[in-house]
Amino acid sequence: MSQPLSILQCNDVTVEFDGFKAIQGMSLTLAKGELRFLIGPNGAGKTTMLDVICGKVRPSTGQVTFNGDIDITRKKEHQIAELGIGRKFQAPSIFPSMTVLENLEIALRQRRGVFATLFARLQAEEQKRMKRQLEMIGLADQEDSRAGGLSHGEKQWLEIGMMLLQEPDILLLDEPVAGMTDKETDKTGELLQEIARERSIVVVEHDMEFVRSFASKVTVMHEGKLLKEGTMEDVQRDDRVAEVYLGKRRDADASRSTA
Amino acid sequence: MAGYAAAAVALFAAPMFLSDFRLNLLAKFLAFAIVALGLDLIWGYTGILSLGHGIFFGIGAYAMAMYLKLEASGGRLPDFMGWSGLKELPLFWQPFSSFGFAVAMGIVMPALLALFLGFFTFRNRIRGVYFTILTQALVIITTTLLVGQQAFTGGTNGVTGFSKILGASLASPDTKRMLYFVTVLVLIAVFVACRYIVGSRFGKVLRAIRDGENRVRFIGYNPAMYQMVIFTLSAAFAGIAGMLFVLHVGIISPSMMGIVPSIEMVLWVAIGGRGTLIGAAMGAVLLNWAKSEFSTSYPEGWTYFLGAMFVIVVVFLPNGLTGLLGKIKLGKKRRVTKNEPTIEYPAM
Repeated sequence: MSQPLSILQCNDVTVEFDGFKAIQGMSLTLAKGELRFLIGPNGAGKTTMLDVICGKVRPSTGQVTFNGDIDITRKKEHQIAELGIGRKFQAPSIFPSMTVLENLEIALRQRRGVFATLFARLQAEEQKRMKRQLEMIGLADQEDSRAGGLSHGEKQWLEIGMMLLQEPDILLLDEPVAGMTDKETDKTGELLQEIARERSIVVVEHDMEFVRSFASKVTVMHEGKLLKEGTMEDVQRDDRVAEVYLGKRRDADASRSTA
Repeated sequence: MAGYAAAAVALFAAPMFLSDFRLNLLAKFLAFAIVALGLDLIWGYTGILSLGHGIFFGIGAYAMAMYLKLEASGGRLPDFMGWSGLKELPLFWQPFSSFGFAVAMGIVMPALLALFLGFFTFRNRIRGVYFTILTQALVIITTTLLVGQQAFTGGTNGVTGFSKILGASLASPDTKRMLYFVTVLVLIAVFVACRYIVGSRFGKVLRAIRDGENRVRFIGYNPAMYQMVIFTLSAAFAGIAGMLFVLHVGIISPSMMGIVPSIEMVLWVAIGGRGTLIGAAMGAVLLNWAKSEFSTSYPEGWTYFLGAMFVIVVVFLPNGLTGLLGKIKLGKKRRVTKNEPTIEYPAM
């Protein structure tokens, strides 16, 4: 069944909340090393789709398989994270009372059992990786600051840095540039380009300008269903997409919604 | 480091300066400090408020009391059992004639109870106020059981009337001094263990759970495991403290481990400073010292004082007295990190 080059396969996923179908028979296949944008109007089920993949929400029907043959539909969040699927929520969720460095330390790819962490020593190699990550996210001079005191953009980068140290095979990002200034958005874009070279990424995004700056595949969702999949040009040319989504906000700036 | 060494020296030197009576009081307070350390691990560091630590403390105390009672009865039936019409020693009392068994049970039983409660709550993601209420329910169930089963537990009166431990008279000043030193050693050992835990990566995960349990889950940790382990350990420390308490005080009864003492334990930590070990330990000693001073001169005044302290701490000093000291220090050095976030704890 499994296609050798796909890392994630969602087949006919349906999610119901008290009778309301947030997702109806959605399928999605992600190739290794692919950067995929998930777009669609509010309430289309984009975030719920990410929730299904990372285990936060259990689908009522359908199947999600990771790396060919691992069924993750019934696994717990921490097990899915351990398998190599990292999730970044829309609001920055770092650990505010801990320092930047401490945040990175617990995110590091490592054995996460109680005894492993009780006796863990920070290895020189780990320290090097953390330093490199700090450089990449531009927080090198703030490693001992409390994460709660960082600016909004810095928190987002810290969280991206944490996710990268987890070394996931798939990154799920929910509106990573929401609430960022233009400068911060550009920097985040560069970060994403760099990250995308090594791993598969799914990005839920409202900012069309931002999406357009990447030449990659776009999946459009509408009312819990797949509407269209293709390049940004294909998608923009599609009548149905224009009708439900782009038609209403052809102007790029108007779509900079933070929802 | 120097401060800790000085504190340890002071504790070891205390018998030279304190009367037997005062030394006995201090020993009791140091036992309380052990509870406070355990409570700080679960509340201060992990953000889970337990209002049921009196029970873990009490179970440890009862385990030791059972040994002491059998030792005092010298092969005969403990007095309160006779009054309740028991003819022979209940089966579950018998192994407690062994000191080693009693000590083991004083640690293992509270730990197992905590593990049991933790297993069914943390795994099912019951937390915050709901968890706290469950710990209170545990207190009520346990104390009701203890009071109701008078023939086996001594009922409301508890277990008292001890005479010796391992052959040594409990009344002798030498034994008391010895027990004081044992308490100091245990306190230091628990403190060092807590320091290690808090400084380890395990401790960082605990703080991360306090800051955002869900986020921890998506990094790949299973918070329930961490919560269970730390809650169990915290209960074991409380059990150890309870055993020492009985040795110093000579009695344990349900009223010493019920709702009010359980809440008081939390207040020691809150007022001393949650999230710092030294704050929790100092809070326990200082508050109990103040309590014994105040309550001898103004017996009714104490509860008002305690209530007032609590209000002041909650409103003005979210990080307790240690937090206040830290603020003063920081203020002097003008080294305040920007926007120092206040730590969000579950509501009391």
